[in-house]
Amino acid sequence: MTAVLQIIFDALSLGSLYALGALGIALIFGVMRLVNFAHGDFIAFCVFAMLWPSIDATAVVFAGMLPFYLLIPLLLIIGAALSILSEIIVFRRFRNANPATMMIASFALGFVIRHLLLMLYSSRPKSITLWPGLGLPVDFLGAHIPMLQVVTIVITLAALAVLVLFLKRTRYGLEMRAAADNFTMARMLGVRANGVILLAFAISGMLAAAIGLILATISGTADINMGANVMLIAFIATVIGGLGSVPGAVAGGFIIGAASVVFQATLPHDARVFRDAFVYGAVIVVLLVRPQGLFAPKSAKQRV
Amino acid sequence: MTLLAVDDITVNYGRLTALRGVTLRIAEGEVLFVTGPNGAGKSTLLNAIAGVVPAGSGSITMDGAKVTGASPEDIARRGFSLVPEGRNVFGALSIEENLKVGAGMRADRHKIAGDLESVYAEFPMLADRRHDAAGMLSGGQQQMLVIGRALMTAPRIMAIDEPSLGLAPKIIDQVYEILVRLRTQRKLTLLIVEQSSTRAMMTGGRMILIRGGRIVLEGLAADMIKDERLKQAYFGFGDH
Repeated sequence: MTAVLQIIFDALSLGSLYALGALGIALIFGVMRLVNFAHGDFIAFCVFAMLWPSIDATAVVFAGMLPFYLLIPLLLIIGAALSILSEIIVFRRFRNANPATMMIASFALGFVIRHLLLMLYSSRPKSITLWPGLGLPVDFLGAHIPMLQVVTIVITLAALAVLVLFLKRTRYGLEMRAAADNFTMARMLGVRANGVILLAFAISGMLAAAIGLILATISGTADINMGANVMLIAFIATVIGGLGSVPGAVAGGFIIGAASVVFQATLPHDARVFRDAFVYGAVIVVLLVRPQGLFAPKSAKQRV
Repeated sequence: MTLLAVDDITVNYGRLTALRGVTLRIAEGEVLFVTGPNGAGKSTLLNAIAGVVPAGSGSITMDGAKVTGASPEDIARRGFSLVPEGRNVFGALSIEENLKVGAGMRADRHKIAGDLESVYAEFPMLADRRHDAAGMLSGGQQQMLVIGRALMTAPRIMAIDEPSLGLAPKIIDQVYEILVRLRTQRKLTLLIVEQSSTRAMMTGGRMILIRGGRIVLEGLAADMIKDERLKQAYFGFGDH
């Protein structure tokens, strides 16, 4: 029983991380058909923003020293600002380009951000300690669950709830969903293209900052490549969920998280090192059966 | 007074010219019916006015203000509401949400709830299913929804591209009955594009015939219907 609980919490917390990442990608894909591969580097940038630029091995924590009620909003603002700047400086020029061109532009932007961090901080991973108290376990029905896992899950659920409320209940959320459905039609109804896209980038950037905070707390390190792995899996999650579908992205994130954890727990010992191969194998099977993704909205198809 | 003035606009898609110097005027409260064979440039004309495709030359003036080169959202905010071909409902959104997107840009927010009810009164079928996904509606129902959605923008001119496309004749009659009613009751200015000219009579306004990107014939719909040249334009004989 306790082992099962442990697995459930592992799956939920890992899934949360992927779901937050997938959401950041799905929102932008929805409004401008851009798969933003720089998203992972946004995550790394937000983590390094807590450190003072230096190439020493020991990190000089700077903004990271702030109390959480200042640090969290600050990082969210940094994430949103970076994301908005990327749209204004880079992606706006590619607005009418084909999706492959936009994707390559996002790769290029990702490299620029990564190498900027490399110049300022060197390639050595740095240790960074945020909120050590979160590493302590809490007892839950006999299982020892790290506090951080609980916090990750709660943060993700709260972020999801806020996002759903925003998308369903506010005028701007409605406009964003309309624009994701049919961008030109939304504009012909007076929805401002730049406004919707900037909003999507801002939210996506804040999600990147949230992932950065969680990752830095879990791993205790700041690594230039730390966002790339999450980004890759989050992208796969959006594809499994059905590209462009917001609920699909969240579900895809949790499914991949759960698959990783379950394979880790149930595969024979010798096979565990190949866990990712099993996860990606499952992804291939899913896509063979449903190439459009699990949650591609049926209602979105045109009826004639 | 002239609400919309299009002066000598041309539109090119790459090396292909879709419109070659089209000029037209629409007065407030008027109905203008645009007809012509497939590929004549009718939809291009609407899209150019709506700002969706850029005009290569010429000018478009709405209510005295020049809107050539303005963005689709700015033109919509000036009161030009286009119901494009193929209906374009937001399939994943509910019917009510579709209607609310139409009202999103309006400054007179206190009037929106009342307008929503009047659209529902006009299309009772939409009221019954207001929380259903719009993508689940039939083609005719979707056509009603996009007309209702355009009404929610409180337009000064409503332009409709091929409202009868892909619909059963009975449904087409219904759509036109609604359009005629909107015109008589609300004094709505209408710009209707339709490949078949037979419906033009019902609307009782002016009519222009486009062929090969040019206006080839212009007059009252009632007179034009009898004109031999209308048939010639479709079948391609005669000079052009």
